[in-house]
Amino acid sequence: MRKSFVPVLVVAAAMFACAPVLIVGAPYEATMGLVQKIFYFHVPSAMVMFLSAFVCGIASAFYLFGRKAASDRLATAAGELTVVFGLIVLVTGPLWARKAWGVWWQWDARLTSALLLWMIFVAYLLVRKYGGPGSDKLAAAMALFGMANVPFVYVSVNIWRTIHPKTTVVPSLAPGMRGPFWFSVAAFLLLYAVMLASRVRLERQRAAVEELYLEAEEE
Amino acid sequence: MMFLRVAWLVMRKDLTVEVRSREVLYTTAFFAVSCVLVFAFALVREGRPLEDAAAGILWIAIAFAGTLALGRTFERERHAETLRALMLAPASRPAIYVGKLLGILALLAAVEVVLVPLVGLLFHAAFLSRPVLMIALLVTGTGGFAAVGTLFAAMLVRARSRDVLLPVLLYPITIPVIIAGVRGTAALLQPVPDAEVARMWIALLAFFDIVFVTLSLWTFEPLMTE
Repeated sequence: MRKSFVPVLVVAAAMFACAPVLIVGAPYEATMGLVQKIFYFHVPSAMVMFLSAFVCGIASAFYLFGRKAASDRLATAAGELTVVFGLIVLVTGPLWARKAWGVWWQWDARLTSALLLWMIFVAYLLVRKYGGPGSDKLAAAMALFGMANVPFVYVSVNIWRTIHPKTTVVPSLAPGMRGPFWFSVAAFLLLYAVMLASRVRLERQRAAVEELYLEAEEE
Repeated sequence: MMFLRVAWLVMRKDLTVEVRSREVLYTTAFFAVSCVLVFAFALVREGRPLEDAAAGILWIAIAFAGTLALGRTFERERHAETLRALMLAPASRPAIYVGKLLGILALLAAVEVVLVPLVGLLFHAAFLSRPVLMIALLVTGTGGFAAVGTLFAAMLVRARSRDVLLPVLLYPITIPVIIAGVRGTAALLQPVPDAEVARMWIALLAFFDIVFVTLSLWTFEPLMTE
Protein backbone atom coordinates (compact mmCIF):
# COMPACT_ATOMS: atom_id res chain seq x y z
CA MET A 1 0.00 0.00 0.00
CA ARG A 2 1.32 3.40 -0.86
CA LYS A 3 2.45 5.56 2.04
CA SER A 4 -0.04 8.25 1.11
CA PHE A 5 -3.11 6.00 1.44
CA VAL A 6 -3.76 6.30 5.17
CA PRO A 7 -3.14 10.07 5.38
CA VAL A 8 -5.47 10.68 2.43
CA LEU A 9 -8.08 8.42 4.00
CA VAL A 10 -7.84 10.32 7.29
CA VAL A 11 -8.14 13.66 5.48
CA ALA A 12 -11.16 12.46 3.52
CA ALA A 13 -12.85 11.20 6.68
CA ALA A 14 -12.12 14.47 8.45
CA MET A 15 -13.54 16.45 5.54
CA PHE A 16 -16.74 14.40 5.62
CA ALA A 17 -16.97 14.97 9.36
CA CYS A 18 -16.57 18.74 8.91
CA ALA A 19 -18.83 19.02 5.90
CA PRO A 20 -22.16 19.11 7.78
CA VAL A 21 -20.89 22.07 9.82
CA LEU A 22 -20.07 24.00 6.68
CA ILE A 23 -23.29 22.99 4.97
CA VAL A 24 -25.38 24.17 7.90
CA GLY A 25 -23.56 27.50 7.76
CA ALA A 26 -24.37 28.01 4.08
CA PRO A 27 -27.23 30.37 3.23
CA TYR A 28 -30.70 29.02 2.49
CA GLU A 29 -31.81 28.96 -1.12
CA ALA A 30 -34.73 31.28 -1.82
CA THR A 31 -37.48 28.88 -2.88
CA MET A 32 -36.49 25.49 -1.47
CA GLY A 33 -34.99 26.33 1.91
CA LEU A 34 -33.51 23.42 3.81
CA VAL A 35 -34.26 20.84 1.12
CA GLN A 36 -31.80 22.48 -1.25
CA LYS A 37 -28.92 21.32 0.94
CA ILE A 38 -29.06 17.84 -0.62
CA PHE A 39 -27.31 19.74 -3.44
CA TYR A 40 -24.04 19.46 -1.51
CA PHE A 41 -24.22 15.67 -1.81
CA HIS A 42 -26.10 15.23 -5.07
CA VAL A 43 -23.91 17.34 -7.35
CA PRO A 44 -20.48 16.17 -6.10
CA SER A 45 -21.68 12.55 -6.40
CA ALA A 46 -22.75 13.27 -9.97
CA MET A 47 -19.37 14.83 -10.74
CA VAL A 48 -17.61 11.78 -9.31
CA MET A 49 -19.90 9.47 -11.31
CA PHE A 50 -18.95 11.25 -14.54
CA LEU A 51 -15.27 11.20 -13.61
CA SER A 52 -15.45 7.51 -12.80
CA ALA A 53 -17.19 6.78 -16.11
CA PHE A 54 -14.34 8.54 -17.91
CA VAL A 55 -11.69 6.67 -15.92
CA CYS A 56 -13.41 3.38 -16.72
CA GLY A 57 -13.76 4.28 -20.39
CA ILE A 58 -10.18 5.42 -20.83
CA ALA A 59 -8.79 2.43 -18.92
CA SER A 60 -10.97 0.17 -21.07
CA ALA A 61 -9.62 1.79 -24.24
CA PHE A 62 -6.08 1.19 -23.00
CA TYR A 63 -7.01 -2.40 -22.23
CA LEU A 64 -8.62 -3.03 -25.61
CA PHE A 65 -5.80 -1.50 -27.61
CA GLY A 66 -2.85 -2.10 -25.29
CA ARG A 67 -3.80 -5.36 -23.54
CA LYS A 68 -2.36 -4.28 -20.19
CA ALA A 69 -3.88 -6.23 -17.31
CA ALA A 70 -3.38 -3.23 -15.03
CA SER A 71 -5.72 -1.18 -17.24
CA ASP A 72 -8.37 -3.88 -16.93
CA ARG A 73 -8.09 -3.84 -13.14
CA LEU A 74 -8.47 -0.06 -13.07
CA ALA A 75 -11.46 -0.32 -15.38
CA THR A 76 -13.17 -2.87 -13.12
CA ALA A 77 -12.68 -0.70 -10.06
CA ALA A 78 -13.85 2.46 -11.82
CA GLY A 79 -16.87 0.64 -13.27
CA GLU A 80 -17.98 -0.48 -9.83
CA LEU A 81 -17.52 3.00 -8.38
CA THR A 82 -19.51 4.52 -11.25
CA VAL A 83 -22.42 2.30 -10.24
CA VAL A 84 -22.00 3.19 -6.54
CA PHE A 85 -21.83 6.95 -7.00
CA GLY A 86 -24.52 6.77 -9.66
CA LEU A 87 -26.74 5.07 -7.11
CA ILE A 88 -26.11 7.93 -4.69
CA VAL A 89 -27.10 10.41 -7.40
CA LEU A 90 -30.22 8.44 -8.32
CA VAL A 91 -31.33 8.21 -4.67
CA THR A 92 -30.55 11.78 -3.54
CA GLY A 93 -32.09 13.18 -6.74
CA PRO A 94 -35.60 11.78 -6.27
CA LEU A 95 -35.49 12.56 -2.54
CA TRP A 96 -34.87 16.19 -3.49
CA ALA A 97 -37.29 16.10 -6.41
CA ARG A 98 -40.18 14.93 -4.27
CA LYS A 99 -39.89 18.08 -2.16
CA ALA A 100 -38.85 20.50 -4.86
CA TRP A 101 -40.96 19.41 -7.84
CA GLY A 102 -43.67 17.34 -6.17
CA VAL A 103 -42.81 14.17 -8.09
CA TRP A 104 -40.27 11.42 -7.36
CA TRP A 105 -39.28 11.07 -11.00
CA GLN A 106 -39.84 12.70 -14.36
CA TRP A 107 -38.90 11.33 -17.76
CA ASP A 108 -37.02 14.41 -18.90
CA ALA A 109 -33.77 14.37 -20.87
CA ARG A 110 -31.36 14.69 -17.92
CA LEU A 111 -32.97 12.10 -15.63
CA THR A 112 -33.55 9.61 -18.43
CA SER A 113 -30.03 9.89 -19.83
CA ALA A 114 -28.45 9.73 -16.34
CA LEU A 115 -30.45 6.58 -15.57
CA LEU A 116 -29.33 5.04 -18.88
CA LEU A 117 -25.70 5.90 -18.15
CA TRP A 118 -26.02 4.15 -14.81
CA MET A 119 -27.64 1.14 -16.45
CA ILE A 120 -24.84 0.93 -19.01
CA PHE A 121 -22.37 0.52 -16.16
CA VAL A 122 -24.60 -1.96 -14.35
CA ALA A 123 -24.60 -3.94 -17.61
CA TYR A 124 -20.81 -3.55 -17.59
CA LEU A 125 -20.67 -5.29 -14.20
CA LEU A 126 -23.16 -7.96 -15.30
CA VAL A 127 -21.16 -8.85 -18.35
CA ARG A 128 -17.95 -9.02 -16.35
CA LYS A 129 -19.56 -11.41 -13.90
CA TYR A 130 -21.64 -13.62 -16.16
CA GLY A 131 -20.09 -13.33 -19.58
CA GLY A 132 -17.66 -16.20 -19.23
CA PRO A 133 -14.24 -16.16 -20.88
CA GLY A 134 -13.49 -13.11 -22.95
CA SER A 135 -15.98 -11.02 -21.00
CA ASP A 136 -13.32 -8.51 -20.01
CA LYS A 137 -13.07 -7.30 -23.61
CA LEU A 138 -16.84 -7.21 -24.06
CA ALA A 139 -17.11 -5.14 -20.90
CA ALA A 140 -14.37 -2.84 -22.16
CA ALA A 141 -16.42 -2.10 -25.30
CA MET A 142 -19.45 -1.44 -23.12
CA ALA A 143 -17.43 1.02 -21.01
CA LEU A 144 -16.37 2.89 -24.15
CA PHE A 145 -19.98 3.41 -25.14
CA GLY A 146 -20.72 4.47 -21.57
CA MET A 147 -17.94 7.04 -21.67
CA ALA A 148 -19.27 8.40 -24.96
CA ASN A 149 -22.62 8.83 -23.23
CA VAL A 150 -21.32 11.11 -20.45
CA PRO A 151 -21.04 14.39 -22.43
CA PHE A 152 -24.52 13.74 -23.76
CA VAL A 153 -25.90 13.46 -20.21
CA TYR A 154 -24.13 16.65 -19.18
CA VAL A 155 -25.40 18.86 -22.02
CA SER A 156 -28.89 17.37 -22.05
CA VAL A 157 -30.16 19.99 -19.59
CA ASN A 158 -28.81 22.81 -21.72
CA ILE A 159 -30.21 21.55 -25.03
CA TRP A 160 -33.66 20.42 -23.94
CA ARG A 161 -36.16 22.09 -21.71
CA THR A 162 -36.02 19.90 -18.62
CA ILE A 163 -37.34 20.12 -15.09
CA HIS A 164 -33.79 19.54 -13.85
CA PRO A 165 -31.70 22.70 -13.23
CA LYS A 166 -29.24 23.73 -15.92
CA THR A 167 -25.45 23.53 -15.72
CA THR A 168 -25.27 27.31 -15.19
CA VAL A 169 -26.24 26.80 -11.55
CA VAL A 170 -22.77 25.82 -10.32
CA PRO A 171 -20.79 28.69 -11.89
CA SER A 172 -23.34 31.19 -10.56
CA LEU A 173 -23.67 29.99 -6.98
CA ALA A 174 -24.25 32.53 -4.23
CA PRO A 175 -20.95 33.42 -2.47
CA GLY A 176 -21.96 31.76 0.81
CA MET A 177 -22.67 28.49 -0.98
CA ARG A 178 -19.45 28.29 -2.95
CA GLY A 179 -17.23 27.39 0.00
CA PRO A 180 -19.27 24.42 1.27
CA PHE A 181 -19.93 23.25 -2.28
CA TRP A 182 -16.33 23.06 -3.42
CA PHE A 183 -15.36 21.64 -0.04
CA SER A 184 -17.90 18.85 -0.61
CA VAL A 185 -16.54 18.31 -4.12
CA ALA A 186 -13.02 17.97 -2.74
CA ALA A 187 -14.23 15.56 -0.03
CA PHE A 188 -16.02 13.38 -2.59
CA LEU A 189 -13.00 13.40 -4.91
CA LEU A 190 -10.72 12.31 -2.08
CA LEU A 191 -13.19 9.60 -1.10
CA TYR A 192 -13.25 8.43 -4.72
CA ALA A 193 -9.46 8.36 -4.90
CA VAL A 194 -9.26 6.31 -1.71
CA MET A 195 -11.96 3.85 -2.80
CA LEU A 196 -10.44 3.49 -6.27
CA ALA A 197 -6.95 2.83 -4.92
CA SER A 198 -8.31 0.33 -2.43
CA ARG A 199 -10.37 -1.52 -5.04
CA VAL A 200 -7.52 -1.65 -7.57
CA ARG A 201 -5.25 -3.09 -4.89
CA LEU A 202 -7.88 -5.71 -4.06
CA GLU A 203 -8.18 -6.60 -7.74
CA ARG A 204 -4.41 -6.88 -8.09
CA GLN A 205 -4.25 -9.25 -5.13
CA ARG A 206 -7.17 -11.30 -6.46
CA ALA A 207 -5.40 -11.68 -9.79
CA ALA A 208 -2.18 -12.69 -8.00
CA VAL A 209 -4.05 -15.33 -5.96
CA GLU A 210 -5.67 -16.68 -9.13
CA GLU A 211 -2.28 -16.97 -10.78
CA LEU A 212 -0.96 -18.85 -7.78
CA TYR A 213 -3.91 -21.24 -7.96
CA LEU A 214 -3.22 -21.90 -11.62
CA GLU A 215 0.46 -22.52 -10.94
CA ALA A 216 -0.43 -24.88 -8.10
CA GLU A 217 -2.86 -26.79 -10.32
CA GLU A 218 -0.28 -27.23 -13.02
CA GLU A 219 2.07 -29.07 -10.69
CA MET B 1 -12.15 0.15 -52.94
CA MET B 2 -11.07 -3.07 -51.27
CA PHE B 3 -13.04 -2.02 -48.21
CA LEU B 4 -16.29 -1.61 -50.12
CA ARG B 5 -15.71 -4.80 -52.06
CA VAL B 6 -15.21 -6.83 -48.89
CA ALA B 7 -18.28 -5.25 -47.28
CA TRP B 8 -20.32 -6.01 -50.39
CA LEU B 9 -19.11 -9.62 -50.51
CA VAL B 10 -19.92 -10.22 -46.84
CA MET B 11 -23.35 -8.67 -47.25
CA ARG B 12 -24.02 -10.69 -50.39
CA LYS B 13 -23.00 -13.87 -48.60
CA ASP B 14 -25.37 -13.15 -45.73
CA LEU B 15 -28.26 -12.26 -48.00
CA THR B 16 -27.69 -15.31 -50.22
CA VAL B 17 -27.82 -17.62 -47.21
CA GLU B 18 -30.91 -15.82 -45.97
CA VAL B 19 -32.74 -15.88 -49.29
CA ARG B 20 -32.20 -19.61 -49.61
CA SER B 21 -33.79 -20.52 -46.30
CA ARG B 22 -35.64 -17.32 -45.35
CA GLU B 23 -35.61 -18.67 -41.82
CA VAL B 24 -34.60 -15.51 -39.99
CA LEU B 25 -36.77 -13.28 -42.17
CA TYR B 26 -39.99 -15.23 -41.67
CA THR B 27 -39.50 -15.94 -37.99
CA THR B 28 -38.47 -12.36 -37.21
CA ALA B 29 -41.32 -10.87 -39.21
CA PHE B 30 -43.81 -13.17 -37.53
CA PHE B 31 -42.38 -12.35 -34.14
CA ALA B 32 -42.70 -8.63 -34.86
CA VAL B 33 -46.33 -9.11 -35.86
CA SER B 34 -47.04 -11.12 -32.69
CA CYS B 35 -45.37 -8.41 -30.66
CA VAL B 36 -47.62 -5.78 -32.22
CA LEU B 37 -50.68 -7.94 -31.54
CA VAL B 38 -49.72 -8.34 -27.88
CA PHE B 39 -49.52 -4.57 -27.58
CA ALA B 40 -52.75 -4.21 -29.51
CA PHE B 41 -54.56 -6.33 -26.94
CA ALA B 42 -52.78 -4.67 -24.05
CA LEU B 43 -53.31 -1.06 -25.08
CA VAL B 44 -56.68 -1.03 -26.78
CA ARG B 45 -59.70 0.04 -24.81
CA GLU B 46 -63.24 -0.72 -26.03
CA GLY B 47 -62.06 -1.45 -29.52
CA ARG B 48 -60.27 1.86 -29.92
CA PRO B 49 -56.50 2.12 -29.77
CA LEU B 50 -54.95 4.48 -27.26
CA GLU B 51 -53.75 7.67 -28.86
CA ASP B 52 -50.06 8.00 -29.58
CA ALA B 53 -49.67 4.26 -29.00
CA ALA B 54 -48.73 3.57 -32.60
CA ALA B 55 -45.34 5.30 -32.56
CA GLY B 56 -44.18 3.55 -29.39
CA ILE B 57 -45.46 0.15 -30.48
CA LEU B 58 -43.77 0.38 -33.84
CA TRP B 59 -40.37 1.12 -32.34
CA ILE B 60 -40.73 -1.48 -29.57
CA ALA B 61 -41.51 -4.06 -32.23
CA ILE B 62 -38.46 -2.94 -34.24
CA ALA B 63 -36.24 -3.15 -31.13
CA PHE B 64 -37.45 -6.61 -30.11
CA ALA B 65 -37.46 -8.00 -33.65
CA GLY B 66 -34.04 -6.48 -34.24
CA THR B 67 -32.61 -8.13 -31.14
CA LEU B 68 -34.03 -11.46 -32.26
CA ALA B 69 -32.70 -11.07 -35.82
CA LEU B 70 -29.23 -10.20 -34.51
CA GLY B 71 -29.20 -13.18 -32.19
CA ARG B 72 -30.38 -15.59 -34.86
CA THR B 73 -28.02 -14.34 -37.56
CA PHE B 74 -24.95 -14.65 -35.39
CA GLU B 75 -26.13 -17.95 -33.93
CA ARG B 76 -26.07 -19.27 -37.47
CA GLU B 77 -22.48 -18.05 -37.81
CA ARG B 78 -21.49 -19.64 -34.54
CA HIS B 79 -23.11 -22.93 -35.45
CA ALA B 80 -21.28 -23.20 -38.74
CA GLU B 81 -18.11 -21.66 -37.31
CA THR B 82 -17.99 -19.31 -40.26
CA LEU B 83 -17.05 -16.36 -38.07
CA ARG B 84 -13.61 -17.85 -37.58
CA ALA B 85 -13.32 -18.27 -41.34
CA LEU B 86 -14.22 -14.62 -41.77
CA MET B 87 -11.61 -13.57 -39.23
CA LEU B 88 -8.97 -15.68 -40.96
CA ALA B 89 -9.71 -14.15 -44.33
CA PRO B 90 -7.29 -11.42 -45.47
CA ALA B 91 -9.93 -8.74 -45.16
CA SER B 92 -9.94 -5.67 -42.96
CA ARG B 93 -12.10 -6.19 -39.89
CA PRO B 94 -14.00 -2.91 -40.21
CA ALA B 95 -15.03 -3.98 -43.72
CA ILE B 96 -16.40 -7.24 -42.35
CA TYR B 97 -18.30 -5.27 -39.72
CA VAL B 98 -19.82 -3.00 -42.37
CA GLY B 99 -20.80 -6.00 -44.49
CA LYS B 100 -22.54 -7.65 -41.55
CA LEU B 101 -24.24 -4.38 -40.65
CA LEU B 102 -25.60 -3.94 -44.18
CA GLY B 103 -26.91 -7.51 -44.13
CA ILE B 104 -28.75 -6.91 -40.86
CA LEU B 105 -30.11 -3.61 -42.18
CA ALA B 106 -31.47 -5.31 -45.29
CA LEU B 107 -33.16 -7.93 -43.12
CA LEU B 108 -34.69 -5.34 -40.80
CA ALA B 109 -35.82 -3.26 -43.79
CA ALA B 110 -37.72 -6.27 -45.10
CA VAL B 111 -39.35 -6.74 -41.69
CA GLU B 112 -40.27 -3.06 -41.45
CA VAL B 113 -41.93 -3.12 -44.88
CA VAL B 114 -44.42 -5.52 -43.32
CA LEU B 115 -44.48 -3.94 -39.89
CA VAL B 116 -45.14 -0.26 -40.63
CA PRO B 117 -48.33 -0.75 -42.69
CA LEU B 118 -49.57 -3.31 -40.16
CA VAL B 119 -49.13 -0.96 -37.22
CA GLY B 120 -50.69 1.82 -39.26
CA LEU B 121 -53.67 -0.41 -39.98
CA LEU B 122 -54.22 -1.70 -36.47
CA PHE B 123 -53.72 1.62 -34.71
CA HIS B 124 -55.27 3.94 -37.28
CA ALA B 125 -51.98 5.78 -37.67
CA ALA B 126 -51.18 7.68 -40.84
CA PHE B 127 -47.57 6.62 -41.25
CA LEU B 128 -47.50 7.63 -44.88
CA SER B 129 -48.62 11.23 -44.43
CA ARG B 130 -45.00 12.41 -44.77
CA PRO B 131 -43.31 9.40 -46.38
CA VAL B 132 -39.85 10.90 -46.95
CA LEU B 133 -39.46 11.99 -43.33
CA MET B 134 -40.91 8.70 -42.10
CA ILE B 135 -38.43 6.71 -44.15
CA ALA B 136 -35.58 8.95 -42.95
CA LEU B 137 -36.61 8.28 -39.35
CA LEU B 138 -36.79 4.54 -39.93
CA VAL B 139 -33.44 4.43 -41.73
CA THR B 140 -31.51 6.49 -39.18
CA GLY B 141 -33.22 4.84 -36.22
CA THR B 142 -32.84 1.27 -37.41
CA GLY B 143 -29.30 2.10 -38.54
CA GLY B 144 -28.25 3.28 -35.09
CA PHE B 145 -29.83 0.27 -33.43
CA ALA B 146 -28.25 -2.16 -35.89
CA ALA B 147 -24.82 -0.51 -35.68
CA VAL B 148 -24.49 -1.16 -31.96
CA GLY B 149 -26.36 -4.45 -32.21
CA THR B 150 -24.06 -5.90 -34.85
CA LEU B 151 -21.00 -5.04 -32.77
CA PHE B 152 -22.37 -6.57 -29.59
CA ALA B 153 -23.90 -9.62 -31.25
CA ALA B 154 -20.59 -10.35 -32.98
CA MET B 155 -18.58 -10.03 -29.81
CA LEU B 156 -21.04 -12.10 -27.77
CA VAL B 157 -20.81 -15.06 -30.16
CA ARG B 158 -18.24 -16.77 -27.98
CA ALA B 159 -19.58 -15.62 -24.61
CA ARG B 160 -21.63 -17.48 -22.06
CA SER B 161 -25.27 -16.41 -21.48
CA ARG B 162 -25.14 -14.71 -24.86
CA ASP B 163 -28.91 -14.80 -25.39
CA VAL B 164 -29.73 -12.75 -22.31
CA LEU B 165 -26.62 -10.59 -22.45
CA LEU B 166 -27.41 -9.17 -25.88
CA PRO B 167 -30.54 -7.28 -24.70
CA VAL B 168 -28.84 -6.45 -21.38
CA LEU B 169 -25.96 -4.77 -23.19
CA LEU B 170 -27.87 -3.41 -26.15
CA TYR B 171 -30.89 -1.67 -24.66
CA PRO B 172 -29.24 0.89 -22.32
CA ILE B 173 -27.17 2.13 -25.23
CA THR B 174 -29.88 2.12 -27.88
CA ILE B 175 -32.76 3.45 -25.78
CA PRO B 176 -31.86 7.04 -26.78
CA VAL B 177 -32.20 5.91 -30.42
CA ILE B 178 -35.60 4.39 -29.68
CA ILE B 179 -36.70 7.50 -27.80
CA ALA B 180 -35.69 9.71 -30.72
CA GLY B 181 -37.46 7.38 -33.16
CA VAL B 182 -40.66 7.35 -31.12
CA ARG B 183 -40.73 11.13 -30.61
CA GLY B 184 -40.03 11.75 -34.27
CA THR B 185 -42.71 9.28 -35.38
CA ALA B 186 -45.20 10.72 -32.90
CA ALA B 187 -44.55 14.20 -34.30
CA LEU B 188 -45.37 12.91 -37.78
CA LEU B 189 -48.51 11.13 -36.64
CA GLN B 190 -50.21 14.18 -35.23
CA PRO B 191 -53.32 15.49 -37.05
CA VAL B 192 -51.05 18.11 -38.60
CA PRO B 193 -47.66 16.43 -39.00
CA ASP B 194 -44.94 18.47 -37.30
CA ALA B 195 -42.14 18.29 -39.83
CA GLU B 196 -39.84 20.66 -37.93
CA VAL B 197 -39.78 18.52 -34.81
CA ALA B 198 -39.39 15.35 -36.88
CA ARG B 199 -36.40 16.88 -38.67
CA MET B 200 -34.83 17.73 -35.33
CA TRP B 201 -35.14 14.13 -34.18
CA ILE B 202 -33.79 12.87 -37.49
CA ALA B 203 -30.75 15.11 -37.04
CA LEU B 204 -30.22 13.72 -33.55
CA LEU B 205 -30.55 10.17 -34.86
CA ALA B 206 -28.00 10.91 -37.57
CA PHE B 207 -25.63 12.18 -34.87
CA PHE B 208 -26.14 8.98 -32.86
CA ASP B 209 -25.52 6.92 -36.00
CA ILE B 210 -22.22 8.66 -36.69
CA VAL B 211 -21.03 8.22 -33.09
CA PHE B 212 -22.10 4.57 -32.88
CA VAL B 213 -20.70 3.53 -36.26
CA THR B 214 -17.41 5.30 -35.54
CA LEU B 215 -17.05 3.65 -32.11
CA SER B 216 -18.01 0.27 -33.55
CA LEU B 217 -15.57 0.49 -36.46
CA TRP B 218 -12.85 1.45 -34.02
CA THR B 219 -13.46 -1.33 -31.51
CA PHE B 220 -14.49 -4.19 -33.83
CA GLU B 221 -10.95 -5.32 -34.57
CA PRO B 222 -9.59 -5.59 -30.99
CA LEU B 223 -12.82 -7.19 -29.84
CA MET B 224 -12.83 -9.94 -32.45
CA THR B 225 -9.15 -10.72 -32.08
CA GLU B 226 -8.42 -13.37 -29.50
